[in-house]
Amino acid sequence: MELSHEEVRRIAELAKLDLTDDEVALYAGQLSSVLQYFQRLQEVDTSHVEPTASVLPLSNVFREDIAETPLDPDEVIRNAPDAVDHQFRVSAVLGDE
Amino acid sequence: MSDWKAIIGLEVHAELMTRSKMFSSAPVVDSVEAAPNTAVDPLSLGLPGTLPVINKQALDDAMMVGLALNCEIPPVNQFARKSYFYPDLPKGYQISQYDRPLCVNGYIDVDLSDGTSKRIRIRRAHLEEDTGKLVHIDGESLVDYNRAGVPLLEIVTEPDINTAEEAEAYARKLRAILQYLGVNSGDMSKGVLRLEANVSVMHRDDTGYRTRTEVKNLNSIRSLYRAIEYEVARQIAAWESGEGVRQATMGWDEQRQRTVVQRYKEDADEYRYFPEPDLPVVEVSREWVERVRARLPELPDAKRDRFMSEFGLSRYDASQLVAEQAVAHYFEAAVATGASAKTVANLLLTSLFSLLNRDGVERENIASTKVTDRQFGQLAKLLDDGVINRPTALTVLGEMWETGQDAEAIVKAKGLAQISDTAAIEAAVASALAENDALVQRYLAGEEKLFGPLMGSVMKALKGQGNPQLVRDIITRQLEAKRG
Repeated sequence: MELSHEEVRRIAELAKLDLTDDEVALYAGQLSSVLQYFQRLQEVDTSHVEPTASVLPLSNVFREDIAETPLDPDEVIRNAPDAVDHQFRVSAVLGDE
Repeated sequence: MSDWKAIIGLEVHAELMTRSKMFSSAPVVDSVEAAPNTAVDPLSLGLPGTLPVINKQALDDAMMVGLALNCEIPPVNQFARKSYFYPDLPKGYQISQYDRPLCVNGYIDVDLSDGTSKRIRIRRAHLEEDTGKLVHIDGESLVDYNRAGVPLLEIVTEPDINTAEEAEAYARKLRAILQYLGVNSGDMSKGVLRLEANVSVMHRDDTGYRTRTEVKNLNSIRSLYRAIEYEVARQIAAWESGEGVRQATMGWDEQRQRTVVQRYKEDADEYRYFPEPDLPVVEVSREWVERVRARLPELPDAKRDRFMSEFGLSRYDASQLVAEQAVAHYFEAAVATGASAKTVANLLLTSLFSLLNRDGVERENIASTKVTDRQFGQLAKLLDDGVINRPTALTVLGEMWETGQDAEAIVKAKGLAQISDTAAIEAAVASALAENDALVQRYLAGEEKLFGPLMGSVMKALKGQGNPQLVRDIITRQLEAKRG
């Protein structure tokens, strides 16, 4: 299966990547070969396998509703590239969720 | 307008008041009051190596809401990853539920002002984690993750709502149920309860749905009502002018009282949902469901039915009173002062509500006004006992609203007590009839509608404080006496 340039641009948009036309052409080829490799999975006969809801052989793992001491706000922002008044500072992202 | 009808579905996000977060032990705090990032742990920050664990209490609370909304609780539910990139979500995805929600196929019945009731179906209610809070300042955003990870229940209706009134009734009832259950304060100003309306319109010749818009930023139930009225009218006008409606997320601009486009949704959202690999499925036994059901308290419908049978109130009046837990408390406390329930209900639903409306006070804040429930009951009692008449009661209430004084003190200080002194009324009637002899002659000649103006001039002489029934009787008697 060969990915179209349009599909690559759409994927790039979702991944918030800004690609040049050359990169689009390059990644179209690369992504297509990755997809081809995974397509081998389609050869496996799964007609007798129940759909898997979870890969864990577990259910109902819960915790009690007990609050514990949170992090010190100095710790919270320690790795932040930019912060003010114990809040993370990021460039404005408007017009989304 | 009559060719069009509105098709509305509501999505409500309700935070659950658990002690700790949905998937970690960081405390749940008041996100308006608490200092930024003081209720945060490594999981709230999406730090590498952290793993979520489900808060059992949040499941119980959410299930209780589902049962109160007449939902089915499927035997298995499961969390899913919803991917999107925005700074309020440090992980790059939100843990939510997708194809296997906790609650499905519910409904609530809402009572409308024309005396009918309507069933609004609930498609699903699912659990997820709330996101952080962003404050936008000067082209930058400040992020506080106190709210990130707070248990959040999303409750989605079918598009069964056709008017702003129905939407308001649904929102009020749902909020009341959450408050009665004690799982959410219902305080929309703090964002613990958030409403979104999906609005489209349908022409009577249509066979399918038209493009819908999603209206957000609704900070009160009143805003919900106004935003729907506005948006429905806007869409009808847009279709009729040929301009049409584009799929968009709209925000409600409270200042300008209109909806504004936040963004157009050209492409379907691409959330790439898949089962959350870090969380095992939740299997819900029937015993578990029944344990939760047994904890349900008296809900608004049951309270409404009790108000109807105990106090003889109409269904609509009773449903208005129970719609807000604070109002139901206020009403019951006022009645406890000894006033008749009907008088209290009537004064409350008309006069007190219109004062709340006028001054933009939400009904849920009724207890924080200057008129206490006890004082309100005393006012109703003065009316019951015939000490004041109804127009005076409204004047006194207005005064109480401004000053917080007792009704009796106001009546005394302003000399507002109703005049039931027969001799005084007799005298006032005699002089009014003498002054209006022309009217009296015409009345006696058969123009019976002139009774009104005669009554008016007597009441004016009595400064509006005459006992209306006594005044009426005495005028009739004196007029009949003139017939000789």
